[in-house]
Amino acid sequence: MDLRPAGVNPTAANSATAGAPPAVAASGVTKRFAGGVVANDRVTFEARHGEVHALLGENGAGKTTLCNILTGLYRPDEGEIRIDGKPVRLHSPHEAQAAGIFMVHQHLSLVDSLTVAENVVLGWSRHGGVTFSARTVEAEIEEIAARYQMAVDPKARIWQLSLGERQRVDILKALYRGASILILDEPTTVLTPAEIDQLFSSVREMVAEGSTVIFISHKMPEVFAIADRTTILRKGRSITTLDIAGTDARQLARLMVGHEMSFDVHPRAAGVEPKPAPAQPPVLALEGVHVRGDFGIDALKDVSLEITAGEILGIAGVSGNGQRELAEVVAGLRPFTQGTIRIGGENVASGDPRDAINRGVANVPEDRMGTGVSPNLSVAENLILKSYRSSSPHSGPILLMGRAETQATALMARFDIRAPGPGTLVRQLSGGNVQKVVLARELSSGPRLVIAASPTRGLDVGATEYVRGVLVEAAKQGAAIMLISEDLDEIVELSDRIAVLYEGRVVGVVEAASATYEHLGLMMAGAAS
Amino acid sequence: MIAIERNLVTPRWQRVALPIVSLVMASIIAGIVLAVSGHDPIGTYQQIYAASFTADGALTATFIYATPLLFTGLGVAIAFRMHVWNIGGEGQLYMGAVGASGVGLLCGGWPLPILIVMMALGGALAGLAWALIPGLLRAYLRTNEILVSLMLNYVAGLFMYYLIYDSTSFWRDLTSSSALVFPQGKNLLPSSDWPGILLGSFTLPFGFVLGAVLAVLLLALFRFTRFGFEMRVMGDSPAAANYAGMRTRRTIVAVMALSGALAGLAGASQIGDFGHVLDPRGLEQAGYGYTGIVVAALAMYNPLAVVIVSILIGALTNAGFALQGPTFPIGLVGTMEGIILFSVLGGEFLGRYRIRFGRAPARAPGLDDEPGAEVAP
Repeated sequence: MDLRPAGVNPTAANSATAGAPPAVAASGVTKRFAGGVVANDRVTFEARHGEVHALLGENGAGKTTLCNILTGLYRPDEGEIRIDGKPVRLHSPHEAQAAGIFMVHQHLSLVDSLTVAENVVLGWSRHGGVTFSARTVEAEIEEIAARYQMAVDPKARIWQLSLGERQRVDILKALYRGASILILDEPTTVLTPAEIDQLFSSVREMVAEGSTVIFISHKMPEVFAIADRTTILRKGRSITTLDIAGTDARQLARLMVGHEMSFDVHPRAAGVEPKPAPAQPPVLALEGVHVRGDFGIDALKDVSLEITAGEILGIAGVSGNGQRELAEVVAGLRPFTQGTIRIGGENVASGDPRDAINRGVANVPEDRMGTGVSPNLSVAENLILKSYRSSSPHSGPILLMGRAETQATALMARFDIRAPGPGTLVRQLSGGNVQKVVLARELSSGPRLVIAASPTRGLDVGATEYVRGVLVEAAKQGAAIMLISEDLDEIVELSDRIAVLYEGRVVGVVEAASATYEHLGLMMAGAAS
Repeated sequence: MIAIERNLVTPRWQRVALPIVSLVMASIIAGIVLAVSGHDPIGTYQQIYAASFTADGALTATFIYATPLLFTGLGVAIAFRMHVWNIGGEGQLYMGAVGASGVGLLCGGWPLPILIVMMALGGALAGLAWALIPGLLRAYLRTNEILVSLMLNYVAGLFMYYLIYDSTSFWRDLTSSSALVFPQGKNLLPSSDWPGILLGSFTLPFGFVLGAVLAVLLLALFRFTRFGFEMRVMGDSPAAANYAGMRTRRTIVAVMALSGALAGLAGASQIGDFGHVLDPRGLEQAGYGYTGIVVAALAMYNPLAVVIVSILIGALTNAGFALQGPTFPIGLVGTMEGIILFSVLGGEFLGRYRIRFGRAPARAPGLDDEPGAEVAP
């Protein structure tokens, strides 16, 4: 098999893009999932030969679903996919790859203990057969690597490589197998700035030869640096396709967020007098905090934030920009490497959840079933998950479950937890009731600081309203609240101030009353501060 | 399409009915095997029952096997419940036997109640110390406790052999001339024997009573104490335990120590109740530490169920020795034991899961639309 599919003449592709059929096109593609979720709603999209086409959109806009359809992972319920103008039905990733469509996922699909060359030919080789000559393949890889300026040692084993190098291997794998349409799913997340430059020059090399690169990103500066055109998705629909040269970050942000402009006033601010200047030290103060993420690179860089008593600070940002690490570091679930975190003016220990709890930090975690509760224990037991050490449901080493159940019954009534009884196992409850168990435990302890990470995600309308009401009430009682959410509406509706995280940094803190969606959207995309 | 799904709720009656149904199934399958191999199934079952329970001295013999299994089973149950995979019960038992016999030899002639306490403590502490090695390594250096505890079984076994066969240690009998040619351990004074409880012709070993009391205490520890609460949370969801500010490392070490102490008590009981001498070969051949894993698994890691299962497995082992003979090869005994274990484990599996035929409903990925955005911690 030749590296490039027949019929693609690089020079022709570059000069005559407008006339030739697009390399890949989707028209009217709809994909529904059980439960009424419409991930793609009549999406129309086309990418030409020799262009970098950016797919822009918020979380849940349908970018990944669209790419999963293009790569044969999902089948569309309606609509048509065309490659080089010919309608195709892709039943599997294998068929998509045979048509030249490859995707490099954020989570790379490589075998750590094998070499680069072995990974590249794993499952498919140009030479067929069951054996392979390491030397031949290594030479072929070196040739491709040189052509696209992707320095990598074909003999190296994957575990020896950095994340950037591993990504290069995944891209090489696609090129080796004849990729003419390459989808890169947020490829820069794990890269250093130098690696990003390298990636971009490789991408330019590919499109110069007539290939198509579909680039998924939330990051405005990157889109302007690399893309030729962009298609914007919002809530499963394709909004429009624009030439990058004829647009600006402001317009793109507006299209992505999709709100009517311009001075969208904070609802809570209406009729509320401004808060008096705080006399006490802030409840939570972060100063120059650095935190290492799961990939070993800094997930939070030089973060400084303050929250005063009774204030709700919203943390906005596209997910993966350090929100999870921020929640974890304040809750003591993740150590910080630099800076200080003070609660009520006192320094807290790094990475010690018990210390944070003792200082009055309540945490409503993002992963409520996996972290927030012990699913095979009862409601009553989950309600004393933290207080079993310090407060009344015990006497010396003996746990008084009777007393715990009495307290649980009271909390169940107060927080409207619908369960047959305090002895019901938490895993038998609905998502909304699980969240109420978490809230009941965290807020009944009289916290000074409440961390709420995506507190309404996956909940129905009633439960969502309830959870928001409880948080606002806690703020009225004097707790400081850190509300982390991907739902910008939720942030704007509940917060007093909004901090925006982008690539681990706080790019700006604005008063919610004077914030506009446009400005927030620009900050979230790294195009404003 | 066939799908296997987890049952969310196990009704209470099912927990009782399942083992019984499983045993009935096992006897039917084993009966077919027996019939095919030319034995009378009913007669064989009667023989097994007699050899385990009703024949002269059968029940006493059954409890000789059940007692060590009770201790090792408890040790495994307590650790596995918390997802601490201590499979070093075998080595911890050896060390317990070394410790208890050492103490017994040192304190020979002391008043029996004090001596029993000393020997039990000696065994428990030796087993505990041995289990601390994998426990500390797991908690603080994140080594794999399965490998470390397993390897330490061999170390403990060789250490025991060294004491009796390759050295002139305190444990070795160096007094008689035959003992010099055929190495053996020093016998404890007859006054050091742990007293059995005589019920007619049946002798209930002291160790079994101790083990049964410990099983009740362990259940109480689990149910009614703060430490037990931490263990249950950690066993169910380590992430939730960490989130709740529990000291997970300390709890892991404590559980490992407890598990090792129980296995050490099995060794102490071997010395005090039955052997009265450190016998490396006998302990190694018995393999009570490994069988304890089977006992704990069949008991679903419930301490009280371990008491009952240890008697059943003890009976089966005992009957196996009794049945074995020219017309009943040892392979057939093993086959029957295997069929019973498979049936019970299979029954347990089917109790927790159900098999459904037909199409699985499509699941909504919903918010998983951005897979990279929500990396599970």
